[in-house]
Amino acid sequence: MTNHYCDLKNADVILIMGSNAAEHHPIAFKWILRAKEKGAKIIHVDPRYTRTSARCDFHVPLRSGTDIAFLGGMINYIFENDKYFKEYVVNYTNASFIVDSGFHFKDGLFSGYDAKKRKYNKDTWTFDKDGRGIPRRDMSLSHPRSVFQLLKKHYSRYTLDKVSSITGVSKENLLKVYEIYASTGAPDKAGTECYALGWTHHTVGSQNIRTMAIIQLLLGNMGIAGGGINALRGEPNVQGSTDHCILYGNLPGYLKMPVASLGSLDKYLKKCTPVSNDPQSANYYSNYPNFFVSFLKSLWGDKANNANNFGYDWLPKLEDGKAYSTMHLFDAMYAGSVKGFFAIGADPAVSTPNSNKVRKALENLDWLVGENIFNNETYEFWRGPGVDPAKIKTECFLLPASASMEKEGSQSNSGRWVQWKYKAAQAPGDAIPVGEIEIKILAAVKKLYEKEGGPNAEAIVNMKWDYLDGKGSMDVLKLAHHINGRFTQDTVIEDKAKKTSTLFKKGSLVPTFGMLKADGSTACGNWIMSGSFGADGENKMMRRGKEDPTGLGLFPDWSFAWPVNRRIIYNRASCDVYGKPYNPNRKLLEWTGDKWVGDVPDGPWPPMADKAKGKYPFIMKQDGVASLFGPAMAEGPFPEHYEPLESPLEKNPMSSQRNNPAIEIFKSDMDKVASASKDFPYVCTTYSCTEHWCTGALTRWQAWLLEAMPELYVEIGDELAKELKIKNGERIKVTSIRGEAPCVAMVTKRFKPFQVEGKTVHQVGMPFNYGWLFPKDGGDSTNVLTPTVGCANTFCPEYKAFMVNVEKL
Amino acid sequence: MQITRRGFLTLSGAVGGGVALSGLVNLMPTRAYADELGKMNRIKAAKQVITTCCYCSVGCGLICSVDKATGKIFNIEGDADHPINEGSLCAKGAGLFDLTEANKHRLTKVLYRKPYGTEWEEKDWDFALSRIARLVKDTRDKGFVKRNAKGELVNRCETIGHYGSSNVDNEECWIMSAKSRALGLVYIDHQARV
Amino acid sequence: MTTPQLVKLIDTTLCTACRGCQVACKQWNEMPGLRTKQWGSYQNPPDLQWNTWTLIRFQEYEDQSGNFDWIFRKDGCMHCTDAACVKVCPSGSLYYTPLKTVGIHHEKCIGCKECVAACPFHIPKYDAKTDKVYKCDLCYSRIRESQAPACVKSCPTGALTIGDKDAMIKKAYARVKELGGDANVYGDKFVGGTHVIYVLKYKPEVYESLPVDPKVPLSVMVWKDLLKPLSLLAAGAAAAGAFIHYITHGPKTPHEDGQEQKGGE
Repeated sequence: MTNHYCDLKNADVILIMGSNAAEHHPIAFKWILRAKEKGAKIIHVDPRYTRTSARCDFHVPLRSGTDIAFLGGMINYIFENDKYFKEYVVNYTNASFIVDSGFHFKDGLFSGYDAKKRKYNKDTWTFDKDGRGIPRRDMSLSHPRSVFQLLKKHYSRYTLDKVSSITGVSKENLLKVYEIYASTGAPDKAGTECYALGWTHHTVGSQNIRTMAIIQLLLGNMGIAGGGINALRGEPNVQGSTDHCILYGNLPGYLKMPVASLGSLDKYLKKCTPVSNDPQSANYYSNYPNFFVSFLKSLWGDKANNANNFGYDWLPKLEDGKAYSTMHLFDAMYAGSVKGFFAIGADPAVSTPNSNKVRKALENLDWLVGENIFNNETYEFWRGPGVDPAKIKTECFLLPASASMEKEGSQSNSGRWVQWKYKAAQAPGDAIPVGEIEIKILAAVKKLYEKEGGPNAEAIVNMKWDYLDGKGSMDVLKLAHHINGRFTQDTVIEDKAKKTSTLFKKGSLVPTFGMLKADGSTACGNWIMSGSFGADGENKMMRRGKEDPTGLGLFPDWSFAWPVNRRIIYNRASCDVYGKPYNPNRKLLEWTGDKWVGDVPDGPWPPMADKAKGKYPFIMKQDGVASLFGPAMAEGPFPEHYEPLESPLEKNPMSSQRNNPAIEIFKSDMDKVASASKDFPYVCTTYSCTEHWCTGALTRWQAWLLEAMPELYVEIGDELAKELKIKNGERIKVTSIRGEAPCVAMVTKRFKPFQVEGKTVHQVGMPFNYGWLFPKDGGDSTNVLTPTVGCANTFCPEYKAFMVNVEKL
Repeated sequence: MQITRRGFLTLSGAVGGGVALSGLVNLMPTRAYADELGKMNRIKAAKQVITTCCYCSVGCGLICSVDKATGKIFNIEGDADHPINEGSLCAKGAGLFDLTEANKHRLTKVLYRKPYGTEWEEKDWDFALSRIARLVKDTRDKGFVKRNAKGELVNRCETIGHYGSSNVDNEECWIMSAKSRALGLVYIDHQARV
Repeated sequence: MTTPQLVKLIDTTLCTACRGCQVACKQWNEMPGLRTKQWGSYQNPPDLQWNTWTLIRFQEYEDQSGNFDWIFRKDGCMHCTDAACVKVCPSGSLYYTPLKTVGIHHEKCIGCKECVAACPFHIPKYDAKTDKVYKCDLCYSRIRESQAPACVKSCPTGALTIGDKDAMIKKAYARVKELGGDANVYGDKFVGGTHVIYVLKYKPEVYESLPVDPKVPLSVMVWKDLLKPLSLLAAGAAAAGAFIHYITHGPKTPHEDGQEQKGGE
């Protein structure tokens, strides 16, 4: 979230699209209703009428997988009706930048496409620069190659007729949403968007979100109270686990994982550290080397030094251009190349798409280590449906773990609040925290390498790995200190502005990431968490102060929010170029002539009107402004509508490119696809429910929750049910080309057929909360139906739009 | 008489998670019945410990009431002082108690299934840790890629996958991130992507 | 000092059916979850049952002009001022608390099921295994300590609130005025006024399992005023219960013995 949960109350309009907030984030929805109480309009756009729809001002159904078309139409509406916030767009975005003359867009493809590699060469997705190397700008926004004009042209194709025909949304409904939402383009209005897996679970997932980001920038809704783009994330510490990057492509703090071609630390740092010649761009990532070297020091302590490039060579290097996501992992495991597997607090045999393939893949393992509080379908794959244990070679471990309230530690919510929790009770039996299991496993491996040696053994034997306390238990506080960072030698920090100089003794905590250094004098596990402790040792994650000086619900003394306790990021954009708040009634920040007052500002510099010392507001961006034109994206700098991999349409109504041209196609014999097929005529989407969590791996074992939602079902519109002669409560089956899921029919008025490209398209939906292991009569995973395909940028699977058939048993 | 939704377990002086009860004033001199009132008396005598909900990412606060004699949690409800949930909870949060030891399905033993085995066997930690370390080392050493096809130094292990988890604490996440890099793993992923 | 009267207000127009209340109730009162079946609805268990004292009812509703609404209504004991269940209870298990809510002493219940038959809202539910009747007691253990009932505390949206009777009734009418249309207050005008009242968006007849004109059955009046004094002379309360059951309702039928509750095991 750019903002945070309590801030939802500050919005004038809330668009819930790609989320079912009332069901999956019921307490977030409480803040949405606070806004509604104060007169805000709440809009729900979703294929299905849900518990969220019931409490919104209105619900607009759209066909799964057509969000970019819907939002593209809104961008067009904003331009046609002059609803954008011009001052904001001119000053705070790259609208005025001039794009390279070689850039073009033709029939669904941007310049530079390589059909064989399914990738773009992005050489033309760049800006013209002046003699100093600063992007050229046309502040009148009239240059035909300005981002503004290109954007306008791109979305002029998304007419009401076209969008209505693709999405299945009536023109009145489109206009109703566009008009209400675009009203937040006024300087004193705030519009926010709440999304969740409904946007990420698509082959165009990242671009769904980017389309909305473009809208928010056009309307001046980023960086303000009641604005922003808010991902309502689905796991208790998914923000923290992402921040610590248990992800193939990143190291803690979103540092980039080195690739093979970056053979030295110098080469790597040069590649990863952006340079801006514009004196008004703070270009905060110019500090990248400080963060990266401090991270290497956190891994290898004293063993990492200048002489060995702080251990850079010991880090694994990814193959250039290759991805190693969940789907790639199981593809490799299915092919037989992955032999060992750790599945920690997870149930991928239920959660990964095409789970029949995943379950087959698990059979190829030599060993499997599970760590969890309950058993699940992954850990017992060797006796799953149709599997003969006597034929499975895999050696399996299932290690008992402590539950959340049985261990001390911090968790980060979606609003980036890092909250400390305490240990309430001892875990049952032999269970210990997952972190402790992991510490002990690596300690045992380390011992073996110390004794026996092995390839790149230095990476392991040199690890600083002293995180158990005197009793042999995980020392959580020590780890938290380590993540926050320490000075590795006595260091004097000079503050030129304040004219102070402070001595930090070796071993003392680094109070902010601004003090991290690339010379080995600091070690920091994750730079964005630096400042979670004060120099005096105060654990800010424990704070429980309820003061609310702005009245906006920022609660600055409650826990710690990264970065540097900033509650709303990009907050300098809430003020004009002189630092005066655009909305005096929701004053998030104000420049008082010598300092910012309000939230923790995005940097201390004066506002940008001060040409000498002032900085642009988007300090993490190389050019200091937000990106309407986004060249970092895999499939193009402007989002474009493509059909899901499996779609009811033979042709994309927008272009000859039916699917996202940059998605990776998986080619194993189990990766079958059936698009626009008579055998699988219905669009299917999958989701969770309030009473279960994710795969149900925790909640199915709980009688209170299972009683409320006992068994797999499929929601079918009453018109389709009538056509198929299916009765409510009847046992039926849903099939795709990859598998079949027997379940109970829930016939409902909450799914209505869509009129798409002149034909009637029915959609059905199923929860993904069930698995064969428990309860025995509760049905299996719906992911036996879903295809192995994902977003071109993130490889987040397309669980939200694929084709099925619905059959009577 | 004033009853507010924010009444229960008002916290003061949250030190080390042990918090005091206040505001539990008995306004009604009514007759007490053991079966109805026993739980409230137990709550008053219990240690109150703060926790965070372990489901979605809203980060609601909860209070665990722990019996001082047994050390067991016997009640969990919303933290009325928490600025986000203000004491309220959804179905999953309200049922958090059923994740504790009270749930008979919890795993409590190290379980091992030998190759071609048909059942789990109970083992101890020493067995599991040493056996897992052996398997990790053997698999890593056998499949280790020092240099890629182009001869670039890559120091990676492509034969071990690591998955999870967004349902553990930050400090544990960091441990997993560091551990998997030390081993040279590249197939590293978790629920954030799905 | 006059004893205060509490009223719990259920504003159905704010409910998101998150079922926090349904689970919080079980958590506080230590009632088990039982195996249910998916029967084509989010509503589960399908009805109140001995282990489920508060239940969210889900109802798909289309008005005459085709406008669709998904109605959520929390069902549970209404805590009547003239409570039929208290009147018929031969054992003193059901009683009025000093806060005027209807409490239940399970140790006194003899399983006669008089209350089950008498309640105009179909609230008390019988459990054959323990041979007792169960229902919501508005968390008497909590409210007597000035703490909100478990359901109210868990409610994220303010759909459930509790407070002084007059204030809550005033609040309910103010809300109805704000909502307009067919919105109405349900509960303050019958059976002597209930201590649980609803704000309904539609007329009461729209809602499934909600009596439009709940009354204490005439037979209950007969029981209370004529037969109960007699029965107390009888040798055992259980026998009296059965005897009175026979007189007021005829012989027991298999359906009434609690074995056929939907959804439960």
